[in-house]
Amino acid sequence: MFKKILRELRAIRGRAYVRMVSIRRDLLLLPFQVILPVLAVAAYIYLYRFIGAPPEYGTLVLIGGVMTTYWLNVLWSMASQLYWERMMGNLQIYFLVPASKMSILLGMAVGSMYTTSIRALSTLFVGLVIFRLPIELKNPVAAILLFFLSLSALYGMGMLLSSVFLVWGREAWHLSSLFQEPIYLLSGFYFPVKSLGITLATVASLIPVTLALDGMRQVLIPGGEKMGFLPVWINILILAVMALVFPYLAYYGLNYMERLAKKEGRITTRWQ
Amino acid sequence: MENNNYAVKTIDIKRTFKKSSNLINALKGISLTVNRGEFFGVLGRNGAGKTTFLKILSTLLYPTSGQAWVGGWDVQKDGQNIREIINLVSGGEESGYGILNVRENLWMFSQFYGIPSSIALKRIDKYLEMFGLKDQAKTRVSALSTGMRQKMNLIRGLLNNPEILFLDEPTVGLDVESARHIRSFLKDWIKENDRTIILTTHYMLEADELSERLAIIEGGEIIALGTPSEFKGLSQTENFYELTVNNFPESLDINIEGVQLISKLPQNGNTILKIRLKEDSLLSELLASLNQHGTKLELLKKKEPTLEDAFVNLVGKSSIDVSGA
Ligand SMILES: Nc1ncnc2c1ncn2[C@@H]1O[C@H](COP(=O)(O)OP(=O)(O)OP(=O)(O)O)[C@@H](O)[C@H]1O
Ligand SMILES: [Mg+2]
Repeated sequence: MFKKILRELRAIRGRAYVRMVSIRRDLLLLPFQVILPVLAVAAYIYLYRFIGAPPEYGTLVLIGGVMTTYWLNVLWSMASQLYWERMMGNLQIYFLVPASKMSILLGMAVGSMYTTSIRALSTLFVGLVIFRLPIELKNPVAAILLFFLSLSALYGMGMLLSSVFLVWGREAWHLSSLFQEPIYLLSGFYFPVKSLGITLATVASLIPVTLALDGMRQVLIPGGEKMGFLPVWINILILAVMALVFPYLAYYGLNYMERLAKKEGRITTRWQ
Repeated sequence: MENNNYAVKTIDIKRTFKKSSNLINALKGISLTVNRGEFFGVLGRNGAGKTTFLKILSTLLYPTSGQAWVGGWDVQKDGQNIREIINLVSGGEESGYGILNVRENLWMFSQFYGIPSSIALKRIDKYLEMFGLKDQAKTRVSALSTGMRQKMNLIRGLLNNPEILFLDEPTVGLDVESARHIRSFLKDWIKENDRTIILTTHYMLEADELSERLAIIEGGEIIALGTPSEFKGLSQTENFYELTVNNFPESLDINIEGVQLISKLPQNGNTILKIRLKEDSLLSELLASLNQHGTKLELLKKKEPTLEDAFVNLVGKSSIDVSGA
């Protein structure tokens, strides 16, 4: 038993390593990866300044920008990953080894979180140090809970999407690019989701990022309480449920996908 | 655990694939036992079902019907136990990540077996050295040549020290020397700890050299099973001769029943004829006939049967040019 747990931990580390190393190897890409997200945030900060909005609006955008980085990473690097692994010929190896497919996906998630955090931190640095945006740690425990629960929920969702994408192939991929913009808008990256009205805000709250942003803005922005759509503890509660349910669904989805692959003989093979 | 005495045992394994509207019968009922410690070869034409068979044994694919045990474990129910004791390497496989170097890639694969890093890296370095890849340890996988890549794949297959190793055309694309090196490595490797290897190949010499027993699969069925020398014995009924003759008329047709001209090749003013005879006794009739046309015999060789001859006979390809090549 202990040996098995150790094996799964090693598998997670092994797969995470690929992602962690990639940021060091592709040093040329690093400036782009860091600067691009910062630029988008900076644009909104200038916009809010230009229209004379209070500096708290800048913080609102900053938190939005930081969390967007994770969301985009889940959408583009997690969800389609197994699909690419198949194209690269690695999926068959994942089916061949004794380690759980969950651990391998978890490894991808851990590696992704690491690299994405570098980007997120640089955005945070620019916002707080260069633009000197106001931030207030009113409830550190809640802030930390919100952050980590939302990451678990987000990457759990990415793992789930990963097996969905594999079964449905390209169609799912097109679907996700189709949804990217509306979700961008709905999740309220650059404005409080409350302003969408109750119906839309409720729909938007199906996305973990929306809940995280709603909660984090309330506990991190001076006067941010007014911006809240749901009470912070409800945000935390729903995120905690999501953080459990998504990985479980991912596990279920992966098993389903594996059985399908072995029965129909089409998923592990390249080009079907 | 059932059937634990064998490395592999299968009973009437069938596998069909749906391809658009039609059904492909890739395997039509394979029953086979492979002993522990055995080097077992599988031959068969393209599409015969070799890879499908190996995929079922390595738990990548379920059989449509039938049963199979690997190391005593059921391929459908005990996949997890099987994966711990086997490995599979396919020729032309492209696993790994281009961003990692060879050593890192192999280390990553070892982690999926839970091998402690220190042991894994020692093993990796040992094999890199053995396969002449030491200088490529820090090379990115994306920069490897086909042959180097294939050697790396083979090392991946050895990392978990498998009891049973499946090799699907492992020497495809390798130069003569590398292929020979790998064959001699495998011959030594299998001797330790009662290991078992099941290997598919299109190279008859390879199958002949390595396999203790062979199966020929054709159209999803085993059509012959035995040792290489038994196979060669089978083809002894056919008589192949190589005649070097002088002054062979271009238009001459050899029209003797039981005598088949396989090929004629001009060489230094002579012609080399490859002939298949139903019986040895037809030789004198052939020589007499050639003499009538003013053709002079320079040299006569009887060809020893090869595994390739046996294969061609069994699989029943109409043309047998390959055997003369
Ligand atoms: N995933 C699949 N989906 C549909 N058909 C398949 C699949 N895999 C194999 N087949 C079919 O099953 C048959 C056997 O294929 P297989 O790959 O086992 O042959 P093989 O003996 O390994 O051939 P080769 O020598 O070319 O490697 C072929 O007709 C092939 O087209
Ligand atoms: Mg094959």
